[in-house]
Order: sequence, then structure tokens, then C-alpha cells
Amino acid sequence: MIIEIAPPGTLNAPRPVRRATPPLEDTPVVFDVENAEVFYGSFRAVRGVTMKVHKNQITAFIGPSGCGKTTMLRAFNRMHDVIPGARVAGKLHYQGVDLYGPEVSATEVRRRIGMVFQKPNPFPKSIYDNVAFGPRVNGVKSRADLDVIVEKSLRSAALWDEVKDRLRNSALGMSGGQQQRLCIARTIAVQPDVVLMDEPCSALDPIATARIEELMRQLKSQFTIVIVTHNMQQAARVSDRTAFFTVELDSTNDQRCGILVEYDATAKIFSNPSDERTENYITGRFG
Amino acid sequence: MIAGEPLDLRARPNWRSVKNIAMTVLMGLAVVAVVIPLVAVVWSVVSRGAGIVFSAFPDFFTAEIPVVSRRAGPGMGPAILGTLLVTAGATLIAVPLGILGAVFLHEYGGTSAFAKLVRFMATVMTGVPSIVMGLFVYLTWTLKFGYSAFGGALALACLMLPVVIGSTEQMLRLVPANLREAAYALGTSKSRTILTVVLPAALPGIVSGSLLAVARAAGETAPLLFAVGAATAYNPNLFSGANTALSMQIFGNATSSFVAAQDRAWGAAFTLMLLAFLVTLTARLLFTRRSS
Amino acid sequence: MQLDLRGRSAYGDRAFRWIAYGAGALVLLILGLIALVMADRARPVIGEMGIDFFSSKRWSAPDGLYGALPFIWGTLYTAAIAVAISVPVSLGVALFVTQVAPRWLKKPMVYLIDLLAVVPSVVFGLWGVLVLSHQFGLGRSFLTAGIILGIMITPIITSLSREVIETTPASEKEAALALGATRWEMIRASVLPHSKGGLVGAVMLGLGRAMGETIAAALVIGSALGQVTLNAFASGNSMPAVIANEWGEADDLHKSALIALAVTLFVITIAVNLIATAIVQRSMKRSRGKTP
Repeated sequence: MIIEIAPPGTLNAPRPVRRATPPLEDTPVVFDVENAEVFYGSFRAVRGVTMKVHKNQITAFIGPSGCGKTTMLRAFNRMHDVIPGARVAGKLHYQGVDLYGPEVSATEVRRRIGMVFQKPNPFPKSIYDNVAFGPRVNGVKSRADLDVIVEKSLRSAALWDEVKDRLRNSALGMSGGQQQRLCIARTIAVQPDVVLMDEPCSALDPIATARIEELMRQLKSQFTIVIVTHNMQQAARVSDRTAFFTVELDSTNDQRCGILVEYDATAKIFSNPSDERTENYITGRFG
Repeated sequence: MIAGEPLDLRARPNWRSVKNIAMTVLMGLAVVAVVIPLVAVVWSVVSRGAGIVFSAFPDFFTAEIPVVSRRAGPGMGPAILGTLLVTAGATLIAVPLGILGAVFLHEYGGTSAFAKLVRFMATVMTGVPSIVMGLFVYLTWTLKFGYSAFGGALALACLMLPVVIGSTEQMLRLVPANLREAAYALGTSKSRTILTVVLPAALPGIVSGSLLAVARAAGETAPLLFAVGAATAYNPNLFSGANTALSMQIFGNATSSFVAAQDRAWGAAFTLMLLAFLVTLTARLLFTRRSS
Repeated sequence: MQLDLRGRSAYGDRAFRWIAYGAGALVLLILGLIALVMADRARPVIGEMGIDFFSSKRWSAPDGLYGALPFIWGTLYTAAIAVAISVPVSLGVALFVTQVAPRWLKKPMVYLIDLLAVVPSVVFGLWGVLVLSHQFGLGRSFLTAGIILGIMITPIITSLSREVIETTPASEKEAALALGATRWEMIRASVLPHSKGGLVGAVMLGLGRAMGETIAAALVIGSALGQVTLNAFASGNSMPAVIANEWGEADDLHKSALIALAVTLFVITIAVNLIATAIVQRSMKRSRGKTP
């Protein structure tokens, strides 16, 4: 799929024949979000989020800093629970179940919705123990079973060949890019349905970044991926759908609040966005 | 620049630089003043104590304490055993409880009023004079259950507990938050995260801090005076019967006018100091405090 | 099929949480018990003596008269001597280690000073009795006790002072040096004013420790009764020493008096420690806030 990013000022100009882009197939809905908002105490950090995330697709959240994209991402796996005073309002359903329902256990949610963080954070344990950590927590005890899972996850993360001879070594001895792939392996080892990624490449060099982007395309067939990125081109390269957030002055309390502006197929967002703010961001007029 | 003269940047002798040098010398003297007593004490203990210990080696470590104290001859065996019993007992009680207390303060308590109160009281507890702890254990335990090494262990545990809590909490603070996040994101419960990620990550520092507390406890005398009683024979029973310890023996023999008793005191001091140094060295090897 | 997100048993998680809370509560429990039990046992003698307990100079067990003033005085006086000796030395060492010593020297020096802290207090007492008072003929007096206590609290004051001094922002030091100040002038201009509060706190913590120290004092202070005097060479007594020395043969009222002494010591020591901790914390917070 080739996406063209229009040069500044040309979007609404009359143009010649446009290249046809294939339609986005509509796989089942994984996240059904309606008017979701996130509060820290009385401060509203993000609002107006309405979207449907589809299975086996890569959805990207883009926008300037402070627009709430990471805040929204973390709401998807209830990471805000650990912050006292944080609150999520609105409808946030996962496979038909309200993520914030009274009987829902956050731990259970996180078993199915994994997260890879901006700065690689492997445990100070061996490579093997890092990947095996999740399965062990989930009750896998047999050494043979763990071996299988570890190899499978490391292969899926394109790391197996590099580390297969040194699984006992400390994970901290690896390069940044390798550590991040290890974190990805660790996350997929528990077989989640969704993998959330919070700016996974921002701490990495371009070559490592390219490898991770390639990895994302491969993983798409097994998992649903939602990625926050401040790099527009990355979103354009890897994602199927893109959500553009921006920062607004909240009229109710004179504070800045994030808001979802537009959510659509990536091809459309980057070539023919509906909202002027999106166009301004895409063409580099701000942000 | 003064016209015609080359630039002269050499140091000029004046009152200010003299004062500077004088103060530097004074500071150096302070260092010497600290080193001298240390060397003096260690020298006395080694020169007098090592002789006693090694001249009767290994009897010094195994023979019983002469009941009639003016009798010459080695024997601090029971005291060594007593010190080991009491210190080990105290460690087994205070370290797990102290780690749990620190886990409460750092991982669960947060900013609640209860946690603030507990932290405050733990600080207060570090300042309780050891003799007060000894009397407390006497009134609550020894009166009911008699003298025993266990009573001594309880008293020492009370002294160690706030120290272990303090140093463990410091170590827990050093564990970066993103490690906990990584574990939560994998669907790990809080308790499991603490047990399998946070505590292992902080372990060297926790052990080091605990060892330092152990070294200090091994040298305590006052609490033991009220809880352990005074025995001269071996008593390996932790829970019943009076016992003795190296520190108590040193205290008792220090005021004796019999040279034989004093000799044993030096020997016991040598043994105790060796023990304390070894434990401290291990602690430092495990984790050096950041001293910039 | 509806997705089930209720999760399996969180019981283990909750149990661990309760245990952690319990460990925290344990601290409160122990301290509360200490206060209650000791106050209760001290009541008889306060009933007998009333406020005279604190003001009378007569302490005579056979007569049933217990005036604690000489011991309160002894504790405060020896602690004061200890602090007077220790503070200039500790400050000098702290300044030397942080401002003067080259980097390769710093770590070994810190190790050396910490080694002083490892020597058990009873060994200091032994050395004090047999070497300082016998060999060097200083005898048993407030001064001897003050010297020993001073040596013992130096490592604490030094290490705390070091931490406080090291929070001085480099920019303030550089500002002084850039104006052409000598090192000592820079210390006077930036380091000392900045660390003032923390240093006071460190000294007070040392003071608290000196007051609570039982054994070393007990061995060398002299155990004379009834002396409230400024003569440092006179022998006297201190609260912990009296308790340790007289406990063995005390009857009930006597024991109650000794416990009342312990409570007095407890209260004074805790008060000093709390004020000191508050001062140190406030000065550290203020200094951290200042850094741009």
C-alpha cells in the first residue's frame, strides 16, 4: 500500500487522477470506545474519544505532545489503576465486555492486553527468565513447556538467532534495540490478544526502528496492535488506521485537554483528511 | 594589564592563603584525631586479645568459662555459642518482619496517614536506648518465661527491626518504577510483582543493610543483661535456661580486678570484633553505599 | 460466548497485603507496649516521690529515697562533653573528605570512619576502663566517659554531616571560587551557610546517641552517687549506667525507680532525636528545592 503525504497547501487544490487505494477489510471489533475520557483527580487529560479498533490491524495514535494519546493507550489495559486519583469515564468495551466493569479484574485484563513501553525495561534477570516470566505467572510450570514458549516468542520477535546461545545471560547486557525486541517477546509470550505499544522506537536508532516496524507487520497476523507514535512517517508506514489527537483549551476549566480529532483509514488521514487540524498537523504546519 | 610589565599570575603569599593552609591542616588533624582512637582500640584489642585467643587455640573457642573468675585459663565457648544463638534468633525475627514492614511503607502505604505514622514511629524506634529495650523485654517476657537466649533474641530483634525497615525502604526506592510497570503489564498481581521482581532487584542492598544491623546487634550488651541471665556453661537451648554472650562477658570481666578475667575479656573482645568486622565486610562487598 | 474477565482468586494477593499492613502495625504495637508497660511499672516510685524524683539529689535504696537529678545531670553532662569533643573533629573530617581529599582517597577514608562505627560499644568500654582509666591514669570520671562517648558518636555525626555537605550545589561553590576565594573562604561562604541546619541536626542525633549509650558509659563513669558538679574530673553516674549497675540486687521499689529512670531517658532521647530528624529533613528539603 503506497501512501502519499501531500505537500503543504496542495490538499484542497484540484488534482489529477488519484491512485486507487484498496479498501480496508473490516475485521471484528476488538475495542469499542465511545466518548471516553481520562481524569487525573479533577484534571481532564483527554476527552471525546470515540473509535473502534479492529482485530489484526495496526492502529496508530498520533498527535503533538500533551494530546493524550499515551493517556488513552494506557486506559486500554487499565494501567491507570496504579495511579491514585486516576479515573476513566465513558464507554470502553473490549470484545463486548466493559473493561471498567465492577467485576472485572485489572490483572486479568492485562493478561490479554499487553504493553511494550517507550524505554525498554527488561527485568534484571536472564533473557530466558524475562520471556518465561509471564507464562510462569500464568501457571506454566513445566520446564519443557517453558522452553517451547520461550523459543517461539523469541522467534516471533526476530531475536532467537541472536540470543539462542546465551539465554542464561543477563538481559541487561543487550543493546537497546535487542532489549526492546526482548520486551516484545516477553509480551507476546503470554499470548495476549492485543499488544499496545507506547512509542516503542523513540529510544532506538533508525536501523533498530526499521526492524521493529518490520516485526510489527509480521505480528499483525497474530495480534491486534495499537501503537502511539510521535513519528508521523512511522504511522504512515505501518498502520492500517490512524487516530489523530490534539490539545485544546478546555472551556470548562481553562486547562489544556487532549481530544480525538479524527480517526480513519491511514490512507485517508494522510492524503485526504476531513478535519483542518489534521491537515495542519500532517503537513507540518504545527506540532 | 600594567603597561610594559609581563603578566604575573603566580601565587602571592598573603594572610588569606595562610589561613587557607592552616584550616586545611586543621581538617587533616581532625582526620588524624579520628584515626588515632580507632587504631588505638584495634591495637589494644588485637595485641592483648589475639595473644589470649591463639595461645590457647582452639580451646578458647570451645572451653567453658571458669566459674571462679580469678582462675586463669581460657574459655569463651559458651559465650560464643550464646552470641551466635541470640544474634541468629534476632535476625530470623527482625529481618523478615523488617522487609515486610518496608514493603508496606513503600509499596502499599503510599501517602496515607497510617503509613506516615508508621514511618514516623519507626524513626522514633531507632532512637530507643538499648537499655530501655532490655527492660521492656524483661518486664514482658523474662518475668513470665525466665531467662533464655530467646528473650535476648527478642530484645535484639526490637532494636534491629526499625533499622532493617529503614535500610530496606531505601533499597526499594531505588528499584525503578518501570520494572514494576513491566510486570503489571504482563498481568502480574501486585504481591507477585513485589515477590518476583521488586525484592529480587533490591536484594543485594537489602541483605547488605540487614547484615549491618546484625553486626550492630551482635555487639549489644544492655538488652541481654535483662533477658539472658548469666551462665557459664554451654547452653544450646534457645528457649530455656540462662545463657551468656561475648558482649556480656566482656562487660562482666572488664571491671574485674583479676588479670585472668581481664585477659578473657580481651580475648572475647577480639573474637567479637572479628565477628563484627567480617559481617560488615560481607555487607559492604555485597553493596557499597554511594559515597561520592 | 461472553468474555470472562473476572479473574481467578485474588486471595493470595490480598493475604500478602494484609501481612504487609500487619508488619507496619507491628511497629506501632511494640512502641505502644513499651510506653505502656514501662510507664505502668514506673508509677509506684513516682507515687512515692512525686516530682522530687526529678529534683532531689538523694538516691539511697536502703532508705527508699530516689532522687534522679545526679543521674540526669550525669547523662546530660557526659553527652555534652562527648559532643564538644566530637563535633569539631567530625566536622573537620566531613569537610576534609568532601572538599579537600582527592578522589582516590575519599572511599578508603569513608570506609575507615565507618569501621569505627562497627567496633562494638562494649569493646570501647573495655578499652576505656583498662586502657584509658587504668593505663593512662585518667580514672573514672565524667571526662573519661565523655571521651569514650565522643569517639563513639564521631562516625555518626561525620557520615550525616558528609551527606548534608554534599547537597551543596556545585554552582554555589563555583561562584565563590570564581570570585577568587581560597578553598577555606569558599567553604565559609557557600558550604557552611548552606549546610548549617543539617549539621545542627547531625550533631543532635549524635547527642541523642551519646545519651542513650549504656555500657561504655557504665564502665568508666565511676558510679559515685549524688554528684552534680561541673568538675569534669569528678566521677559521677548516668542514667543508663545506674540502671545497669544496680538492677541485679534491686527490690521492687528500687526496680520501679530504675524503670522510671529508663522512662526519663527514653523521653529525653526520643525528644532530641525527633528534633534532630526534623531539622535534618527540613534542611535537606530546603536545599534540594533551591537547586535550579
